[in-house]
Amino acid sequence: MALRDNQGRPLVAVTGMGVMTSLGQGKDDTWAALTAGKSGIRHISRFPIEGLRTSIAGTIDFVEADPFCAPVLSEHLAVRAAEEAVGQSGLGAGDFPGALFIAVPPVEMEWPQREALAEASGQDGDITYRDLLKAAETGRFKSWHDLFIFGTVADRVADRFGAKGSPISLSTACSSGATAIQLGVEAIRRGETDAALCIGTDGSVNPESLIRFSLLSALSTQNESPEGASKPFSKNRDGFVMGEGGAALVLENAETAKARGATILGYVLGCGEKGDGFHRTRSSPDGMPAIMAIREALSDAGLAPDDIDYINAHGTSTPENDKMEAMSCTAVFGERMARLPISSNKSMIGHTLTAAGAVEAVMSLLTLANGRIPPTINYKVPDPTIPLDVVPNEARDADVRYVLSNSFGFGGQNTCLVFGAEPKGA
Amino acid sequence: MRDVVITGIGIISAAGEGVEAHLNALTAASPRVDAETFAPYLVHPVATPDYDKQIAKKSDQRQMEAWQKLGCYAAGLALDAAGVKENAELKSRMHLIVAAGGGERDYAVDGQILTGLRKADNPGVFLNERLMGDLRPTLFLAQLSNLLAGNIAIVHGVTGASRTFMGEESSGIDAMRIAHSRIASGQNDIFLVGGSYNAERPDALLIYAMGGFLWKNAHRPVWERPAEGGGMILGSGACFLVMESREHAEARDAKPLAAIAGIASDRTRREPGSVAKAVRSQIDLLGAKPDVVLSGATGVKGLTEEEQGALLDALPNAAIHATSDVTGHLMEGLAPAGVALAAALIAQEQSNEALVTSVGHWRGEGAVRLTKAN
Repeated sequence: MALRDNQGRPLVAVTGMGVMTSLGQGKDDTWAALTAGKSGIRHISRFPIEGLRTSIAGTIDFVEADPFCAPVLSEHLAVRAAEEAVGQSGLGAGDFPGALFIAVPPVEMEWPQREALAEASGQDGDITYRDLLKAAETGRFKSWHDLFIFGTVADRVADRFGAKGSPISLSTACSSGATAIQLGVEAIRRGETDAALCIGTDGSVNPESLIRFSLLSALSTQNESPEGASKPFSKNRDGFVMGEGGAALVLENAETAKARGATILGYVLGCGEKGDGFHRTRSSPDGMPAIMAIREALSDAGLAPDDIDYINAHGTSTPENDKMEAMSCTAVFGERMARLPISSNKSMIGHTLTAAGAVEAVMSLLTLANGRIPPTINYKVPDPTIPLDVVPNEARDADVRYVLSNSFGFGGQNTCLVFGAEPKGA
Repeated sequence: MRDVVITGIGIISAAGEGVEAHLNALTAASPRVDAETFAPYLVHPVATPDYDKQIAKKSDQRQMEAWQKLGCYAAGLALDAAGVKENAELKSRMHLIVAAGGGERDYAVDGQILTGLRKADNPGVFLNERLMGDLRPTLFLAQLSNLLAGNIAIVHGVTGASRTFMGEESSGIDAMRIAHSRIASGQNDIFLVGGSYNAERPDALLIYAMGGFLWKNAHRPVWERPAEGGGMILGSGACFLVMESREHAEARDAKPLAAIAGIASDRTRREPGSVAKAVRSQIDLLGAKPDVVLSGATGVKGLTEEEQGALLDALPNAAIHATSDVTGHLMEGLAPAGVALAAALIAQEQSNEALVTSVGHWRGEGAVRLTKAN
């Protein structure tokens, strides 16, 4: 078969995958739980929940982080996912022959650190930032500079795996994981590198992050039964559930991957993106940016809408997203959308935010490999305005050759990826 | 590979607004300095512009904090300068890469919470209650890293697609590098690229103060600081560039200011001599023969002298300027500002070839080679 796509560019193969979610460590555990319809959403136990409107999340509680803060947990999730991915690829551990593209949550100093500075300042009266600056000057907190600047997670991960060149830390909000993959695909297609390590990671379930989303009324408040709170495409959906996760993909020029005898797990065939200038948190009412991103991904992959066998939805469980996504998909896939399976991993693992696009890319590739579609769980009250086959509640066996994975984010970010078991015409 | 040219510059900083103000500041004594507000630390404060000129709706301005407003403003200046501001069709397919950090906090609320936490019976519950009650919901959108890009899409209609690179100084270089690669390879025709930084923020100063990176004495130019211990003076400002393929610029009769002949970016393990080596190898890699250098030197001891030594050694005939002496250290925005100054010097025929360097205060080394557009 040709190792270039129909535009003459190198085909981009996936040769390693790793994932961490609230369902477990590694793709085998996560896939088994996901296809069994299990939920990883639970009551938050890592900080007090009194006074909060939302007290549930898909936290990852089995990974130690010291000091406990979003950048350290995010780093650990990234490293564990990448260990699995790089290990599977068979590329040298510690000497990764390509670039790192990593989607990381925005970091900043957290409350335990602010409190420590306040205490160290010796101020007995009202605390201001002047006091914190005074404490900073003691030099006792030097290591927190590295901890809380934006490039550190990428730097440490690049060091750990020996990635080459300047690592790119990026954000496109909730489509960040997909953008990390897109950047890797593009670098390989341009011939800048034969391999790319693409990661999305997010370990930011802390009081302030949760409260920020809560104040935007973005989160489900159905705290009484955590497993049932994330209900994508259901009529009674009431917001997303925050989740933590990390996922890594080793992408390679298919030619060099084959030449070294690597096992090819699938291909990233197409990437599509489109900005939306309508509103900071809402999508254009006509859904055009999402429609254009999907169409661009299909066209980039050299596929027609009829080629797609399954859609791994963004499916956040917010009233707005799921309606917009259903409308946009229907616009692209037409009447066929009523029977084209579309399901949301977020029904089980919550919205892993910065990591979501990468986590769901791994699940899309596992769907191709296993011929089994993970369900949308908690689908008990269908929304008559969303007449889709959401693979309700139970996984389904299916012959899946091509998958579309959607990612949409605040700030008008729309990124869509197309994966295939083989390139078309192979 | 296609040639990539710069056709628009938007810049605002302590030196003022626009290209002329910044070129004048290149030879002026020192930029505006505020040594009081955050004493003992100095900042180069931006002269707050009339935001209405670039951000028409007050409702949009209210949704943004300073770093976003500065970035949005500079993006508008760049679009104006490139002659594309009124071309909605072109802006709808123009791509955007922003280099930015994020954040900005409600300092009064933070102080009140820290004060209350000390005496709270149950600190965790107190924190929840105060954050739920005191945080403005819209502040989140003024903190999120990718929301500068989001605001540029909303305010200016630049909606090809955007991505936001984080990672301090390196992200400024990498934003230009990726845009350059995408244009050169034919994937896209035109990009808006840049960064923005608000230094007049105690939480931003706090991070660098913890690391011991800030200059605390009377103002000194970048190159003189290492001898007295070294340190950065952060500056508020923003810089955006319109980058496009030469063909695309010609087809719309836009005048290229300069061409981007190459961009290098790397991350070396920092040890004595590593910065000098990185700077020299990037000069070689790019085949740079500049008559002027816009250095991103930070003033931090060790790095600054190493870079200076390497530049003097490799480029003995080039005039060397520190961009930070003009704008203050704009962090993610510093490399784009250096490229803006270099392109402006070339456009005004004060230079035939320029080199922009970016040696991050903590990590990352990069360089951009600019040549005459024709």
